[in-house]
Amino acid sequence: MYQAIVFLPLVGFLIAGLFGRILGPRPSEIVTTSLMAAAALLSWIAFFSVGFGHGGGRVQIAQWIVSGDLTVDWALRVDTLTAVMLVVVNTVSALVHLYSIGYMHEDPHRPRFFAYLSLFTFAMLMLVTADNLVQMFFGWEGVGLASYLLIGFWYQKPSAVAAAMKAFIVNRVGDFGFALGIFLVFVLTGSVAFDAIFAKIDELAGTNFLFLGKEWHALTLAGLLLFMGAMGKSAQFLLHTWLPDAMEGPTPVSALIHAATMVTAGVFMVARLSPIFEHAPVAASAVLIVGATTAFFAGTVGLVQNDIKRVIAYSTCSQLGYMFVALGAGAYGAGIFHLFTHAFFKALLFLGAGSVIHAMHHEQDIRNMGGLRSKIPVTAALFAVGTLALTGFPLTAGYFSKDAIIEASFSTHTFGNSYAFVLLLVTAGLTSFYSWRLFFVTFAGTPRWGAHAQHDDHGHAAHGHAAHGDDHAHAHDDHGHGHAHEPHESPLVMLVPLYVLGAGALVAGLAFASYFIGHNAEHFWKTAIVVKEEEHVPALVAWLPTVFMVIGFVVAYIFYIAKPYLPAQLAQSNGVLYRFLLNKWYFDELYDVIFVRPAKWLGRTLWKKGDGAIIDGLGPDGVSARVVDVTQAVVRLQTGYVYHYAFAMLIGVAALVTWYMFGGAH
Amino acid sequence: MLSYLLTGLLVLPLAGALFILITKDDTPGGQSNIRWIALLTTIATMLLSFVAWGRFDPANPAFQLVEDRAWLSETIRFKLGVDGFSMPFIMLTTVLMPFCIVASWVSVEKRVKEYFIAFLVLEALMVGVFAALDLVLFYLFFEAGLIPMFLIIGIWGGKRRIYASFKFFLYTLVGSLLMLVAVMAMYWNAGTTDIPTLLAHKFPQGMQTWLWLAFFASFAVKMPMWPVHTWLPDAHVEAPTAGSVILAAILLKMGGYGFIRFSIPMFPDASLYFAPFVFALSVIAIVYTSLVAMMQEDIKKLIAYSSVAHMGFVTMGLFTLTPQGIQGAMFQMVSHGIVSGALFLCVGVIYDRMHTREIAAYGGLTERMPLYATAFMVFTMANVGLPGTSGFVGEFLTLMGAFRANTWVAFIATSGVILSACYALWLFARVMFGPLQKPELKKILDLSPREVAILAPLVILTIYYGVHPAPVLDAFAASTDALLKSTQAALGAAKTAALVSH
Repeated sequence: MYQAIVFLPLVGFLIAGLFGRILGPRPSEIVTTSLMAAAALLSWIAFFSVGFGHGGGRVQIAQWIVSGDLTVDWALRVDTLTAVMLVVVNTVSALVHLYSIGYMHEDPHRPRFFAYLSLFTFAMLMLVTADNLVQMFFGWEGVGLASYLLIGFWYQKPSAVAAAMKAFIVNRVGDFGFALGIFLVFVLTGSVAFDAIFAKIDELAGTNFLFLGKEWHALTLAGLLLFMGAMGKSAQFLLHTWLPDAMEGPTPVSALIHAATMVTAGVFMVARLSPIFEHAPVAASAVLIVGATTAFFAGTVGLVQNDIKRVIAYSTCSQLGYMFVALGAGAYGAGIFHLFTHAFFKALLFLGAGSVIHAMHHEQDIRNMGGLRSKIPVTAALFAVGTLALTGFPLTAGYFSKDAIIEASFSTHTFGNSYAFVLLLVTAGLTSFYSWRLFFVTFAGTPRWGAHAQHDDHGHAAHGHAAHGDDHAHAHDDHGHGHAHEPHESPLVMLVPLYVLGAGALVAGLAFASYFIGHNAEHFWKTAIVVKEEEHVPALVAWLPTVFMVIGFVVAYIFYIAKPYLPAQLAQSNGVLYRFLLNKWYFDELYDVIFVRPAKWLGRTLWKKGDGAIIDGLGPDGVSARVVDVTQAVVRLQTGYVYHYAFAMLIGVAALVTWYMFGGAH
Repeated sequence: MLSYLLTGLLVLPLAGALFILITKDDTPGGQSNIRWIALLTTIATMLLSFVAWGRFDPANPAFQLVEDRAWLSETIRFKLGVDGFSMPFIMLTTVLMPFCIVASWVSVEKRVKEYFIAFLVLEALMVGVFAALDLVLFYLFFEAGLIPMFLIIGIWGGKRRIYASFKFFLYTLVGSLLMLVAVMAMYWNAGTTDIPTLLAHKFPQGMQTWLWLAFFASFAVKMPMWPVHTWLPDAHVEAPTAGSVILAAILLKMGGYGFIRFSIPMFPDASLYFAPFVFALSVIAIVYTSLVAMMQEDIKKLIAYSSVAHMGFVTMGLFTLTPQGIQGAMFQMVSHGIVSGALFLCVGVIYDRMHTREIAAYGGLTERMPLYATAFMVFTMANVGLPGTSGFVGEFLTLMGAFRANTWVAFIATSGVILSACYALWLFARVMFGPLQKPELKKILDLSPREVAILAPLVILTIYYGVHPAPVLDAFAASTDALLKSTQAALGAAKTAALVSH
């Protein structure tokens, strides 16, 4: 069964990828989507049999690399952690496949799109079922490739291509650390398989390792290096810059890859390696601090963004920060629980945003929306459900998982706990504010797209169509300017996934809280992650997140419903801060100055000066120039006068004799 | 019983060349005959090499399929044989050769006869290099291989072919002369040029240093290692497509093969002594040439520089003297043979259509050439070292070996994985993605059946060896073990001797 779960999407990819052009779009869609649905169904069966029964285990498929004492297998490791991920990945993927049939119906390259989606799912499944670090790395880079291909799906668009490259390269920076971490773990434990690694962890607790001329606590170093990989994949602070740009991809891709699944791979990785982080307090503390910083940072940037997808992207970034705080605090169950609930409500929000974009004919700027509630009521209602869950409204999914994280950050003894606790609380308020801002500006108030329909021609430029709207230009044209730009509700094939995810966003928390984090946790997780005794926190702490959530809602209500002129005033009076946030703390500009430009300059200099002037100049070109010089000199020596030659000969003989006399003397 | 398989691999291409020599090439029909003879010859050679592969026992680290005949004298003999280190390269040579012939099918128009003769002679010489078990014989093949390549670049090359071919010749010649001196010195010391005997011979420590340096001069140029790499970009740019393929896929590997056949086992003390030096050059090569590759404006030059970076992983891996390092380096060479060969074939595809290699002349090709884009993407990803392609296995293993030997080396070299993503993806984006705006590209055609036939098997090999590298890795597992054991023994003996003398 586990083989089927993992390999059905691969089959779908191969069919749609190899024969998509022969089969045509519709059969490709049907084949990939139904295979995904089958995989999703099997995943739920696996989830219940592993989490609530005694299923699971290890399935060996083949050997991959054998070299000396290194053995890497292709094997599936199924425990509760894997089962949770299988459910998340396959459910969201199946729904996104289904949704894409509607969303992408105008695109001529649908077979390719569905092939990529299935390829992504396969790589993600290899990642979460990995039995060793190298196979995890295979899935890790595989999802990176799929992400690259999907972000750049509309390859005619230079911004999409640039975003795709950026995603791959920034992820590679993280993978640099991941790879070094794998090497270190192998040197320390003599294996890359999780079981063998964990068996040796206790012995290694006191070991040091000499790395780059400095003595390190071995497990701390391993944790830090591996976490670097997680930071890249999960878009954590400093390596986050690719995620907002990744929104260039089609919206279903954002929902699947850049919200629900791939970006949580880092969280999964740290949870999977929880025994290492348990023995590496410094690394755990780094996870905590980076997570809290990301949560706060992304929350602040999310406050002022105007692109509907970017707001949600920053929100994702921020929520991933929450998950890392949980992991750093040692509350692995809470972190994975938030991953689980987040998948539902964030995918819901993204697909809802896709539905809005679909309704608005590829308009993504919320300043050009407004009042959509009456035009697309179903989408609006489901979007509200997602927003409630995200902000942690009592009894929705986010309420259980997010509050558990904030409580964990309060009660943990990991260094940096109070920093994390305060930032997370503030971020809870920020989250509530930007989420409701997004909702109000998009769905409430007066319509700002009306003008659009009236003077269609320059409406495009005026409303930022140039910037966002040519999000797949040809499809936009197909869609036709023939019918009016009246927003319309999405077809059923797009709404069904929204209903399913909406249900998940409402009940997933209530239904599973006691297993992921409550009193059944130990029995549920078994040995998949380190489970600790839950610590009780003061009632005030437990209520604080809700208080902040309400504050955020109230402020958003005042700003965007009651007194809509306030935001502009505030932006005006705090111009510097506003621009700082709007430009995402200027990270892109900073990286351009300290990495991109120096690297290009260095490359050019090394090429022209290093290779050209120095190596070639002193080497072959120089030598041949000297040869030419010498030849010309020799030519000049050949004067033709006999006495010149005689003189040269005499000197030569004299030199020879002298050499013999002194050389032969001893 | 003597086997004649290896001789057969040498003679078969030469026989084909002879056949072509007596074929008339003044008519289109004659030229077509020549192409077919060349193709059939290389396919026959390939099939024969499969027979050799079938007879080869990878579990046995000793030389196999040995043939031994008297030649120049009683001591300098015509001796052939293969072990785990040479067999993969022979296979690589014979398998890639038919691809090169097919790739030259239409693009070579002048001096067709001489062109195919040069290639067949080159094939025989390359097989000779990897099969030779006599030092003099090896040297002969090693140097003679220069000549056809020199001609291929100099006659069928691009605009600056004369400059490129002389640069190529000058660099490799200097190295070779030093090696010749070393070969003579070895003969005087050991009294034989028989490679298996030399492998067991223990050269005095001081002499090892000099011999190592002399061999290094030759192999470093061939690899090529930084800073003697500048001939490669020029040679690649000017060489015809098939010439580039052979150059990247096989000629570069002679350097790596030389290290593993001679430098490491015969001069273990010197190898250990110079390992930090090799590491330094290797990591410089990886970072330096990756940065340079990023800024190139010519597609072939970019791939040539990326080859230098990849060869940096090879030299680094070899001198870690760890099983992962050496096996990774061997695998990297085989994989790079396939992948870089394929990349040059890919460049050839668009060069044949547009007659330019300028990156700026392209853009948005995916629109018109989806099949080509797919193949190019697979090879780009293999070049980047994506897991699941053959490029990953070698890179990963060499880095793991390096991490065991020296964390600084591993740290800097691993940064190469970031840089390779930068240059490779940027190239792909500039050539394949973006809007198709240039009017001359609007009518460009996707792969022809002939081109599909060339690229498809290489795509399959790249992915197959990425997922299941065992057939290649196992081929030299036993030889690696034996090599490490004998090296360790030699080093151990040296250490004991040093202790005693103190």
